[in-house]
Amino acid sequence: MPTNGYDDRKNRTNLGSHLKRETSVIGRPLMKVDAMSKVTGQALYADDIHLPRMAYARMLPSTQPHARIVRVDTSKAEALPGVLAVITGRDLPIKYGILPVSQDETALAVDKVRFVGEPVAAVAAVDEETAERALELIEVEYEPLKPIMSIEEALEETEVRIQEYGHAGNIHKMVSLQFGDVEAGFAEADYVREDLFFYQGNNHLAMEEHSAVAHYSPDGKLTLWSSTQTPHYVHRALAKVLELPPSRIRVIACHPGGGFGGKSDPFHHEICAAKLAMLTGRPVKITLTREEVFYAHRGRHPVLMWVKTGVKKTGEITAMHFRSMLDGGAYGSYGVATTYYTGALQTVTYKIPRYKFEGLRVFTNKPPCGPKRGHGTPQPRFALEVHFDKICEHMGWDPAEWRQRQACEPFSLTANYLRITTIGLRECIEKVVEASGFKEKFRQLPYGRGVGLACSAYLSGANLPIYWNDMPHSGAMVKVDRGGGVTVYCGSTDIGQGSNSVLAYVVAEVLGVRPHDVAVVTADTDLTPVDLGSYSSRVTVMTGNAAIEAAQKVRDLLFRAAADELGAAPEQLEAAGGRIFRRDDPGVGLPFAKVAQLAEARFGTLAAVGSFTPPKTPGRYKGAGVGPSPSYSYTACVVEVDVDPETGWVRVPKVWIAHDIGRAINPILVEGQAEGSVYMGLGEALMEEQVFRRNLHKIPSMLDYKSPTFLETPDIETILVETNDPHGPFGAKEAGQGPLLPVPPALCNAIYDAVGVRIDELPVTPDKILKALERKAKGQEPRVGPDRMPDVEWSEPIYVEPPDLEHDPSLVPATGSS
Amino acid sequence: MLRLPPFDYYAAPSVEEAVAALRDHGPDAMVVAGGTDLFPKMKRRQMEPRLLVGLRGIRDLYGIRRLEAGGYRLGPMATLTQVSLHPELRAAYPGLTHAAGVVSSPQLRNAGTIGGNLCVDTRCTYYDQSYHWRKAINFCMKKDGEICWVAPGSPRCWAVSSSDTAPVFVALGARVRLVGPEGERVIPVGELYGRDGINFLAGKRPDEIITDILLPPAEGWESVYLKLRRRGSFDFPILGVAVALRRREDGTVAEARVVLGAVESYPVEVEEAAATLVGHRLEPDVIEAAAKACFKPARPLDNTDLTLYYRKKMVPVYVARALRRLAGLTDEAQRRTA
Ligand SMILES: Cc1cc2nc3c(=O)[nH]c(=O)nc-3n(C[C@H](O)[C@H](O)[C@H](O)COP(=O)(O)OP(=O)(O)OC[C@H]3O[C@@H](n4cnc5c(N)ncnc54)[C@H](O)[C@@H]3O)c2cc1C
Repeated sequence: MPTNGYDDRKNRTNLGSHLKRETSVIGRPLMKVDAMSKVTGQALYADDIHLPRMAYARMLPSTQPHARIVRVDTSKAEALPGVLAVITGRDLPIKYGILPVSQDETALAVDKVRFVGEPVAAVAAVDEETAERALELIEVEYEPLKPIMSIEEALEETEVRIQEYGHAGNIHKMVSLQFGDVEAGFAEADYVREDLFFYQGNNHLAMEEHSAVAHYSPDGKLTLWSSTQTPHYVHRALAKVLELPPSRIRVIACHPGGGFGGKSDPFHHEICAAKLAMLTGRPVKITLTREEVFYAHRGRHPVLMWVKTGVKKTGEITAMHFRSMLDGGAYGSYGVATTYYTGALQTVTYKIPRYKFEGLRVFTNKPPCGPKRGHGTPQPRFALEVHFDKICEHMGWDPAEWRQRQACEPFSLTANYLRITTIGLRECIEKVVEASGFKEKFRQLPYGRGVGLACSAYLSGANLPIYWNDMPHSGAMVKVDRGGGVTVYCGSTDIGQGSNSVLAYVVAEVLGVRPHDVAVVTADTDLTPVDLGSYSSRVTVMTGNAAIEAAQKVRDLLFRAAADELGAAPEQLEAAGGRIFRRDDPGVGLPFAKVAQLAEARFGTLAAVGSFTPPKTPGRYKGAGVGPSPSYSYTACVVEVDVDPETGWVRVPKVWIAHDIGRAINPILVEGQAEGSVYMGLGEALMEEQVFRRNLHKIPSMLDYKSPTFLETPDIETILVETNDPHGPFGAKEAGQGPLLPVPPALCNAIYDAVGVRIDELPVTPDKILKALERKAKGQEPRVGPDRMPDVEWSEPIYVEPPDLEHDPSLVPATGSS
Repeated sequence: MLRLPPFDYYAAPSVEEAVAALRDHGPDAMVVAGGTDLFPKMKRRQMEPRLLVGLRGIRDLYGIRRLEAGGYRLGPMATLTQVSLHPELRAAYPGLTHAAGVVSSPQLRNAGTIGGNLCVDTRCTYYDQSYHWRKAINFCMKKDGEICWVAPGSPRCWAVSSSDTAPVFVALGARVRLVGPEGERVIPVGELYGRDGINFLAGKRPDEIITDILLPPAEGWESVYLKLRRRGSFDFPILGVAVALRRREDGTVAEARVVLGAVESYPVEVEEAAATLVGHRLEPDVIEAAAKACFKPARPLDNTDLTLYYRKKMVPVYVARALRRLAGLTDEAQRRTA
């Protein structure tokens, strides 16, 4: 059953490594299990599904940013030939939301609309054209309310509220935490620096627009195929809103064509498709347009930040105070978690003995922000790493050496009670500095060219689930067939990161078969044990551990069945190369399929389950749930730039990135994640912005919303650092999100190295560089960025004494297997 | 996904029949060539023709051919890829083939035609939006509405001329043959364009078809095109600089044309810039003077990518770079300009 202590994990890892001196699957650059189906176009995406008698639905977008709905008249639409059903907010009044604390969404707006593009009604018709024409026949009468479009406006306006809940006015959430006497820390410092930063919001821009197909069978069972990263949460939301027992709902996640966090909430279109299928008795499909994807959003929160750090002449940080203000859009989504995340992981890279965090999230009349790759941490990481670059420059420190000296220690506990296990940060810095020639280039390249360094950390899965429960976070089942075939069942969703392959790899490794002989069944709430979903970089670590446990249980049965036949104790057997054999005499063995038959004859149907529950967290304060993870991945990145001082144009010839992956289950997949992160990070740093004008999205299309193409993507050199984490399956940590984090700050640090200007506001567009260069030429501060934080009354912080390891030995983290 | 509205399609077998169909159906009909501009706009209901007259089947409209009297004839149905890769055109009119080769993306250049590129609709971030989006701002004067959102006091539409090749054709002194119900005529490319974003093809009657694009002989002429855009593919120009000039043996400029794209509702020919060049060698102070002369005539507004101040500031920078390229000055800036 679930394991939550260190010792348990230690045993498991030891078992894995001492039983086998060499792995045959883990660590090898194998093909993904679904590669062939994807490259030949056979993989099934939600929009590929066509069912007999299927109807098509479209949703009517609000044309108002903020308004009361006075009247919705659907009669003309209903009368249009070919229209099968029309629904409005009245038909789906039950509120839902991904977090239990923010149940503030309805599938269709009920009496108020809160942003342009919010769905107000939905039509199912014989084809999309008819559905679209029917939308134009729906009459909606609005009574406009004052639109609130920025953090500043949201803080100023207290009378007109977008939501009726939250902290106060239009402040959704306010967090105030303090670990130790920060003021004393600043007093001790030799240099105290304050900086302001802004990180613009942006969209995930997955290639595939969200799509869902619902089918309500005559026996009252609902099936939803959807491009979702979180079938389990969609399952729960459908049950709640449609008032159906969960046992009659089946959610199947198709291959999503990219997710990046944008398909992690239950969505309007999923619920509408289901409702329309129930009303019409026909399968109903809704595929969003690109514009609707920008409205569904849940992308990166725009965040305004202020940071103050004290350092000693000798380099140590004495204290840090960090403030963030998040522009949340109109609904909660993951926003409460995001708010905490903007203040949680500051402490896990460099030693920060005293730390204070104040953060708030406001509601605005824009599509809701949510989790995008890095979820709430790229923004503060950008601020921190540029801030540190400025501190190093002021103090005359080498930014690489300073970071190496200040890096956190392995198996330590941070001021905010985050438990660090392995940390490969120093090695990452060393490798990336060496590969890039940073020492020879920094402050030495000709004007216009420069290099910048930044580092980061990210979680390998959150230790706490999204809704409170003490069940496992991931479950897997392994079944062995008489012919020797192995099937692994798991609720996880492969969003392209390769989680299906990871399941096949770990199970193949434990059972000594080839990954190709392992069938993988995932992301189907009828067939697979629950996995919470593809978010928070949790999948490899959590499903990997669950699948290993299940496979080991099956292997135990196989060894017991083979033992008599092979004349050895089960503990003396090994599984590899499709055989089970004696470790002391590898020639003595049996084919895997033969052993499967012996085992089935003896024990009955061969299957076992495994599950994973993350370790308990030492933090005991309110908010301690956000940040803890089984392990943290670490990344160091060097970006080289070529800046045209006449046009402000930035070209990036090369990026070097070193990532502490714990252990690479498949190095090619890890490199792919790192490269994808660099690409996405550069896009956010240089051009992507979800911006609004006249109260609506300015550029909701893939042509006008600028995101880099292949041509803007630099050479990327990825270096993997392995630290063999005791919590990871075969020592693995995360790779999907962490490598994005250091890219934007490394880019900005490189721009400073190249032309001597600070762009403290993302994206770094060429006009900002020119503006900063002009300021420099005029003798003004060579910087573009925010110059103030709006005044707010922060709540009294929750005061927490940082851990005192000397006096409370129970807090000392175990060091795992070493 | 966005769907096309219903329409009829007429595969015209000849220019005469195409023109007759246009005449008979009046404003309800439109010509379609590659459809790369028209179809996306129809999906967004920016254009709602009931009849599309397809030129695909008309053989006469294809081909790239050297004329006996010198110069070239481009069939309007030649694709942008064909134009950009044509070896003789590349040698004779490098500015043109470069411009054709930097339109949108490889796939769109395989489908999009050179004739369609001359007629490509003007663009604006208040206009190039879906029906529902435009409804949310109560539409604009270019389609379904009253106002120009980018210049609310303005009586005219400020949508931006966004063809990459039009400025180069103008700079090269190219002409087009137009065939309509009343016969045919040949006019300079520059005369195709009107002075506002709605009536941007004022020089061509709606029932006229471009049947030939005629390039004058290239002997002695040099040409260059520089395009400002955010990314190396997909993006429409937010500034285009086309320069064509002829130099005497002593290196002094005999004739020149400097034309700016994407800074007005039409390609802007800057005669003052050309005048500063004529009679001089392409030396730094001359280049600077010509570049400066282009600043004022460029009138970008906040209706494309990047800020208007930035785009205006880039006009002289890009003009100077274009001229420096012709002058053979290989400096850092040249390396950095795509
Ligand atoms: C994503 C994207 C990016 C793009 N980027 C660029 C860019 O960077 N630069 C650029 O210049 N364009 C760009 N375009 C626009 C377009 O692809 C090109 O302008 C192309 O050359 C249009 O040619 P077409 O044959 O597809 O024209 P169509 O779409 O078929 O027609 C365009 C217009 O021309 C008219 N027309 C076509 N042929 C004739 C003729 N022979 N006589 C009279 N009228 C005619 C049509 O009636 C219509 O009004 C882009 C388009 C997209 C979708």
